[in-house]
Amino acid sequence: MKILYFGWVKSKIGIGGETIDLPPDVKIVSDLITFLCSRGPSHESALGNISQIRVAVDQEIGTVDTPISKAEEVALFPPMTGG
Amino acid sequence: MIKIQKTDFDISVELKLLTTGNINIGGVASFVGLVRENSDGEEILTMTLEHYPGMTEKILQKLECEALDRWSLENLLIIHRYGELNPGDQIVLVITTSAHRSAAFESCQFLIDRLKNGAPFWKKEKTVRGTRWVEAKEEDREADERWQNIIKY
Repeated sequence: MKILYFGWVKSKIGIGGETIDLPPDVKIVSDLITFLCSRGPSHESALGNISQIRVAVDQEIGTVDTPISKAEEVALFPPMTGG
Repeated sequence: MIKIQKTDFDISVELKLLTTGNINIGGVASFVGLVRENSDGEEILTMTLEHYPGMTEKILQKLECEALDRWSLENLLIIHRYGELNPGDQIVLVITTSAHRSAAFESCQFLIDRLKNGAPFWKKEKTVRGTRWVEAKEEDREADERWQNIIKY
């Protein structure tokens, strides 16, 4: 699955995205965040505070409960600051 | 119409494009967002806007459809820039046109309120002390939410 990072999530992790084969027990967004946090301290520091993380699944705004099993692209980012 | 671009825009050119040939338009409302030099008491050297290509277009098109559905408009335009900007530079332009002013005013505010909180842009400021990501403001979230609670026109 293609995972994308934006804003300070990207700065903290140090990359704009990565393609990862997910274990089958990663079914919803919160599972994915927990899984990514286990990848190392920079992931943990970027994604550890889940209340600060917003998500888009296949470019649609989602929540921590959104299913991702069939998704192609999941983006994780801080609250948006457009305008 | 939606445009996401690195380059600057000229409101008078855009206004002319939007209104020429449409004599049903009785009123035009516009909003231009600029880069402020001062942010939380610190001088900004540059502001860099990052966005999520693909999703940004989708979200802005969705907002365009919502506005056209909610108000009786002739047409509308949203231009949002990305990349590195300097204080005083233009960031965003919203223009709405309608037969009567209230639809133009209201939909213009609707679009800017919604996109500030709901379009996938992130601002990074450079000051003499380094760079920092701009925090989302509670008042922007509230302004967006207000529109969800207002009865449909």
